[in-house]
Amino acid sequence: MTRYAMVIDMRICVGCGDCVTACKTENQMPDGLTRDWVVERTSGVYPNLSTEFRSERCNHCSHATCVYVCPTGASHYWRDTNIVLVDEGMCTGCKACIASCPYDARLIMHPEGYVDKCTFCHHRVEKGLDPACVSTCPTHCMYFGVLDDPASKVSTLLRTRNYKTLLQETGNQPNVYYLT
Amino acid sequence: MIEEVLVTLKANPKIDPVLSTWSWEVPVYLFLGGLTAGIMFFAAIMVLTNRQREVPFMTEKLVLWTVILLSIGMGALFLDLSHRWYVYRFYTAFRPTSPMSWGSWILIIIYPVCILQILSTFRQGYPKLARRLERFGVGVLALDLSERFRRPVAWVSVPFALGLGIYTGVLLNTLVARPFWNTGILPILFLVSALSTASALAILGTSDKGERHLFTRIDFGLIAVEILLVFLLVIDLSAGSEVQLASVDLILGGRYTVAFWILFFSVGLLIPFLLEARELLGKSAAAFYMAPLFVLIGGYLLRQVVMNIGLHSSWSNYANQFDPQLLELLH
Repeated sequence: MTRYAMVIDMRICVGCGDCVTACKTENQMPDGLTRDWVVERTSGVYPNLSTEFRSERCNHCSHATCVYVCPTGASHYWRDTNIVLVDEGMCTGCKACIASCPYDARLIMHPEGYVDKCTFCHHRVEKGLDPACVSTCPTHCMYFGVLDDPASKVSTLLRTRNYKTLLQETGNQPNVYYLT
Repeated sequence: MIEEVLVTLKANPKIDPVLSTWSWEVPVYLFLGGLTAGIMFFAAIMVLTNRQREVPFMTEKLVLWTVILLSIGMGALFLDLSHRWYVYRFYTAFRPTSPMSWGSWILIIIYPVCILQILSTFRQGYPKLARRLERFGVGVLALDLSERFRRPVAWVSVPFALGLGIYTGVLLNTLVARPFWNTGILPILFLVSALSTASALAILGTSDKGERHLFTRIDFGLIAVEILLVFLLVIDLSAGSEVQLASVDLILGGRYTVAFWILFFSVGLLIPFLLEARELLGKSAAAFYMAPLFVLIGGYLLRQVVMNIGLHSSWSNYANQFDPQLLELLH
C-alpha cells in the first residue's frame, strides 16, 4: 500500500478557513455540506493560554474502520493506496461507515443519499497535483506527499519535527499529521 | 482548561452536532429480528424436548409469524437506506470483515429454515391453509418431508435462531466509534431480550393455561437475567476507557437517564417482572395481559434507547457555537 499523508504545521496555521473554501469550490459541494473544517483549541489557565488551529478532514486511515464495516465494498482503498473513497454506484446508504468513523468525517450527500467524504482530491493527485486545500493555503502550512518515500517533504518534516495525530488510540492509523 | 471551538461551520445534516443517522427503522428491525429469533428458538427447543403438545400455540401457530415479522423488519431496514435502489449491492459482494454483510447473507439462509420449520407443524397449526397447500403435489411433498424431518429441522433452527438473536446486538457492538455500544454484554442482552419478547408474545396469544404458565415462568427467569445484564453493562462501561465513561454518564445523570431507567428499565423490565412474580405466586391473574405487553414495549424501547445513546456517544466533541458559560472557566 502506498501511503499518502497530509502534514499541517500548526505553528503557522492562522485558522483562516481558506482550505474549507477551496474544498467546497473544487469539489462543488452542495450548500450546507462540508468535507473539511477548522478547529480552534485553547488550553491552559489565563494568562498562560495557548491556542492551536487544526484543519481537519477524513484521516485516510491505514486501518480504516469504515472500509472494514462496509457491507458492499463501496468504501474502498483507491488503487492500493490509503486514500479511502466511496463508490456511489455501490453505496446503499446503510450508514454503517458513518457510525464506525471516530472522527465523524463522513457526511450524507443529499438528496442523492449516498455517503460522501474527503477524497484527498484523488482526481488531482493522479495528475501529480496537491489536493485543493493544500495548494490554496495562503500560509503554506499544509503539505501533501508519499509517506513511504524518505526523500518526500512530508517524510522529512515528520523526521525532523514533533508531531501528533488525532485519536491515535482508536487504532485506525490516521494519515493526517499535525506538526506541534 | 481545554476548549475546542469550530472556526468554520461544520453542520452536515444528521452528522452534527451529534449523529442522528438512524431513526426508528433500525430499532424496529432489531426488535422484529429478535422476536423472530426467539420464536424460532422456542419452537425448535419444544420440538426437540418432545413438549410440542404442551405448547401448541408456540410450535404450531406462532411459528408462522417468523417470516412475517422478519419481512416487516427487513422492510423497515429497506426504508432506512438513503440510497435504497442500490440495495441489491448487499448481494453482489460478501465482505467477511463487515457484520452487516454477514447479517444480510444470514437472513437469506434464515428464510428457508423458517419455512421448513413452519411446514413441519403446518397441518396441526393451520389445517385449512394446509389443505389448500395439499392441492398441489409439491405442497404435499413439502409438508410430508418437513414433518418427517421435524427434529433435524429443529436442530438446524436452534443455531440460526441464536445467531440471529446475537447478531442484532453484534451489529451495533462492532461499530467501534460509538463507545456506548462497545461492550460485550450488548449482544447477550439483546439475545435474552429477544427470547423474553418471544415468550411474552406466546403468553399474550395462547389460550392454553399450561402454556401460558410455562412461558410466564420462562419469561420471569429471562427478565431476571436481563436486569442482571443491564447492571453488568453499566459496570462494564464504567470500568472502560475515557470515552466509555463519558458514554455511560449519559444514563447516569445525563440526557438519557430518564429514557433508560424510567422508560426502558422500569416500564420494560421492572414492572413486568413484578407483575409476573405476583402471577406466579397466584396473587393476581387480572394483570396477566399487562406483563407481556410491557415486555414487548420494553423490548422495542431497549433497542431504540440503546441505539440513540450509542449514536450520541462519540470520540469527537466540539462546541459548535459560542458558549458564554465557558468564560466562567477563565476565572
